[in-house]
Amino acid sequence: MIEMTNVYKKYPNGITAINGLDVRIDQGDFVYVVGPSGAGKSTFIKMIYREEVPTKGTVKVGDFDLVNLKAKKVPYLRRFVGVVYQDFKLLPRLTVFENVAYAMQVVGKKPKQIQKRVLEVLELVGLKHKVRMFPNELSGGEQQRVAIARAIANMPRVLIADEPTGNLDPETAWGIMDVLEEINNQGTTIIMATHNSDIVNRVRHRVLAVENGRIARDQEEGLYEYEG
Amino acid sequence: MKARTIWRHIKESFKSIKRNGWMSLAAVSAVAVTLLLVGSFIAILLNVNKLASDVEEDVSVRVYIDLAAEEEDQEALQENLEEIEDVELVVYSSRDEELSQVIGSYGDEFGLFDGDDNPLHDVFILNTSAPEATAEVADQAEDLNYVADVNYGGATADRLFEVMETVRNVGAVIIVALIFTAVFLIANTIRITIFSRKTEIEIMKLVGATNWFIRWPFLIEGALIGFIGALIPVSIISYIYLSGFDTMMSYLSGTYFALLPPNPFLIQIVALLLAIGIGIGGFGSALSIRKFLKV
Ligand SMILES: Nc1ncnc2c1ncn2[C@@H]1O[C@H](COP(=O)(O)OP(=O)(O)OP(=O)(O)O)[C@@H](O)[C@H]1O
Ligand SMILES: [Mg+2]
Repeated sequence: MIEMTNVYKKYPNGITAINGLDVRIDQGDFVYVVGPSGAGKSTFIKMIYREEVPTKGTVKVGDFDLVNLKAKKVPYLRRFVGVVYQDFKLLPRLTVFENVAYAMQVVGKKPKQIQKRVLEVLELVGLKHKVRMFPNELSGGEQQRVAIARAIANMPRVLIADEPTGNLDPETAWGIMDVLEEINNQGTTIIMATHNSDIVNRVRHRVLAVENGRIARDQEEGLYEYEG
Repeated sequence: MKARTIWRHIKESFKSIKRNGWMSLAAVSAVAVTLLLVGSFIAILLNVNKLASDVEEDVSVRVYIDLAAEEEDQEALQENLEEIEDVELVVYSSRDEELSQVIGSYGDEFGLFDGDDNPLHDVFILNTSAPEATAEVADQAEDLNYVADVNYGGATADRLFEVMETVRNVGAVIIVALIFTAVFLIANTIRITIFSRKTEIEIMKLVGATNWFIRWPFLIEGALIGFIGALIPVSIISYIYLSGFDTMMSYLSGTYFALLPPNPFLIQIVALLLAIGIGIGGFGSALSIRKFLKV
């Protein structure tokens, strides 16, 4: 389903963030991507939804061949893969409701359907009472949850989250984990980069440890195994 | 595109204009000021041009017939005159008619020349198809038999034609330059407005919007701003032209001069201003977001 073969990524500034990476993730998997800061986790994740293109190697996501993907087709990949961005990337001029609705309008869903689903996902992340607020009126954790709601609104086959619990207090973080678990149970592949050892160790899933731009460890029901 | 999507784009663009507040206002004002300038200049220059043409049209060639010419000689001359290229109309005016015109213009003292004392010639008055042909027509008429003299205001008229030609060319250049300036200013204002929304466009791309899904609301928004901006100069110019037209025409009554009538002239200016506003607004914003779409 997601397959990377012999992937290298060298940024224009000369830094090689991914250095010969091979991995295969099946539909329905729940994967933690762990590793020290600067190891290449975000870069790895960005190559799945084509924010970055590998310098060498192949990346396949579903039926999409990301290296040869035409620019015109990129929007369709981005609907197939829901992304929770590390910096949220909410539209500043749109309310919470409209931000989530936007992702559904893009796909051409009916207003009625949008109305229903938006409230549904906002309830799931516990923000139903803040639908009319603008992103700058929300706390970091609340923005994070809006970003998650938007990413899952279209029921993507793959959900990617770069440190989705990074800005949250433990209780909200566990709430988010419940949401992700539930989406995963519905068959969505979850790929989540995290530094949260508590979560990784308690909710056991496959662990991909990235170090120096390669997979250093790939373990079913693995442990976090890094300090702090 | 689905009707629902079109409707969504229209709603979205109105919402965006409202939320962008003073940015929209700035863009509308820029469009209004520029188009007011363009519209006023066009209205003034085209009317000056019209007056110039009226003056030129007024220049005709007077062919004085030799006193010795018999009636058949006059008829032959008239035929010859009509054959000259660029001669549109040949009108005969007898010496008696000429005299009564002089008396009409200058007073009864000339009445003593009445009858056989009339010193004037019979005249053929030629109208040319184009003002520029006047001198050439006069030249050819002079060579014909039984022509005593030819007169068309000579050097004065030539000079006038030259001046008019210059006015016309300069006017055309100014109008073209003004339209270019308007296009540039409007497009630039919209570009700045959109530049502030760069990240917004990038985010839209990241959540899976196609380029046209992003482009349409911007295009409609730009066209709306252009339209609203054009309405202001259109109202001002229409009001001034309509109220000024009657006043000016009453001054000009009895002369050969006339301003361009509001129908169709004013309608054409209004259409032009609206077209520039809407066209540049819509097209300009669609173009401005192009480079932000490459994410
Ligand atoms: N846009 C970029 N341009 C140049 N270099 C970059 C860019 N993004 C990341 N890098 C570099 O690539 C390397 C890997 O960065 P990456 O963001 O993938 O790390 P990470 O594992 O996500 O770290 P963290 O846990 O701190 O988020 C780093 O050395 C970083 O400096
Ligand atoms: Mg990172």
